[in-house]
Amino acid sequence: MSTPAPLAARVLAQGRYETITMLRNGEQLILAVVLPLMALIGLSVTPLLDGLGASRINIATPGILALCAMSTAFTGQGIATGFDRRYGVLRFLSTTPLGRAGLIWGKVIAVLAVLVLQVLVVSAVALLLGWQPSPAGWALGVPLLVLGAAAFTALGLLVAGTVRPEATLAITNLLWLVLGAFGGIVLPSDRQPLLVQDIVHFLPSGALGQALRDAFLTGTLNLGETLVLLVWAALASAGALRWFKWS
Amino acid sequence: MPVSDSPALEIDGLIKDVGPIASLDGRMMRVLDGVSLSARFGQVTALLGANGAGKTTTLECAQGLQRRNGGTIRLLGQDPDSAGADLRARVGVMLQDGGLPPSARPLPLLRHIAAMYRNPRDIGGLVERLGIDTFTNTTVRRLSGGQKQRLALAACLVGNPEVVFLDEPSAGLDPQSRQIVFELIRELRDEGLAIVLTTHLLDDAQKLADYVFIVDGGRTVAQGTVPELLAQEGSTSSRSLMFEAAQGLDLAGLPAGLDAAEVSAGHYTVTGIQQPADLAALAQWWAAHDVMPASLHFAARNLEDVFLDISGRQIR
Repeated sequence: MSTPAPLAARVLAQGRYETITMLRNGEQLILAVVLPLMALIGLSVTPLLDGLGASRINIATPGILALCAMSTAFTGQGIATGFDRRYGVLRFLSTTPLGRAGLIWGKVIAVLAVLVLQVLVVSAVALLLGWQPSPAGWALGVPLLVLGAAAFTALGLLVAGTVRPEATLAITNLLWLVLGAFGGIVLPSDRQPLLVQDIVHFLPSGALGQALRDAFLTGTLNLGETLVLLVWAALASAGALRWFKWS
Repeated sequence: MPVSDSPALEIDGLIKDVGPIASLDGRMMRVLDGVSLSARFGQVTALLGANGAGKTTTLECAQGLQRRNGGTIRLLGQDPDSAGADLRARVGVMLQDGGLPPSARPLPLLRHIAAMYRNPRDIGGLVERLGIDTFTNTTVRRLSGGQKQRLALAACLVGNPEVVFLDEPSAGLDPQSRQIVFELIRELRDEGLAIVLTTHLLDDAQKLADYVFIVDGGRTVAQGTVPELLAQEGSTSSRSLMFEAAQGLDLAGLPAGLDAAEVSAGHYTVTGIQQPADLAALAQWWAAHDVMPASLHFAARNLEDVFLDISGRQIR
């Protein structure tokens, strides 16, 4: 009688497979690594972040790490899931012992694995450019990145599971661009147009960006922004559970 | 392979509504309205029906991919809606659209799926058997329809299932691929697996199926082995015979009960043949009129006749 591999082995196999698929995708690599690095270098050689009380690179790097989480968890993962849904991959895999829950956990693992690689590359370049994170920064920053990735993964699944893959592609790319520029993720709220200054703190992008900046600049936990992220993660997860269509 | 007397799959009174449908003023549409069927180990069970008859929906309810609105389903004795990984490991599924990621390559994909099982089939053997070894390095999106179909079959079998669901397995297959796939399906049947497949091709059902359920309009309208279905009485239960002979035969004096027409010059169709005596009478008429047919074709009743009897419409 055929029996399933243990749950952990199935989920790890799926996570590994999805990680390799993500890393093999050229467009995905540009979004995940090349664009964040360009933004990091751009912010460190231009005066955009001057006059905020810390060096350009110290302000820029936490925001770029937040951008990495958004690009992988929301845009990359959302688009991949949307097309997997279109091609029946989600339906086929959910008939194997992996099942629907295993599929989602596999995606979470892949997002975290790619995020680890992004953080390593971005941090290495930032350190070369003179980044000096606060000693307590990593202890706060890592859990915040995981929380941010969770919120953006749930949002990506919500989009991918409810609209056509072409629409997912458009929505997640557009939001990446808009939130990247005006969502308070790399540019702090006081460098934003007046119109958006007050709302960026309530966006997942602005919340993650500001929480990471506070963590890596001063080693403090921004409770308000953390709460905003938690709310986004909870709402998006509930929405995805409610509305996600597998076919 | 445990061959059991209890059915591998038992569906009773399956009901499925979809919608709300905008063109129905937001009402639900009933796509399955009491489908009942069962499938046994060591048999190929075919769901035969036109496009839209409800074959795929029936399979997807049995696979746990769609939730039913009524009726019961027992797959290996369990309800698929509450099934866990243990049941899924014993069931292989080949979806109509394949369900394979376009960027994947055949071998890594099969290895990945095999990792979901404790004791998978030998991938090398499966790959060779289905001729996948000729395109192991091509991404799924570049495969031909037949290659994709064979890969999907391999993906369905890699976990060593006891029950196999194949949705339109011969779709897109060239004659050679079809032969390979059909041979493998028969072999799996002989190993004792329960194979449940859908097809709208009567020829497939006639060649492969041990037992056929005809689905029409969301219901099971007929069932039986192929010979049983062929033996069923129907409005066209009489057969026809075609023969070629000289042009312009006088058909007026044919034996009682038989009817004939010269459909084109020298080509005749005789209808109304119901028993051996009718054939004998026809042969006597030929002898009496000194007709030596240049060719004879006696068309056996086929599944298409049965299907048309039941559903009253064309399905090819």
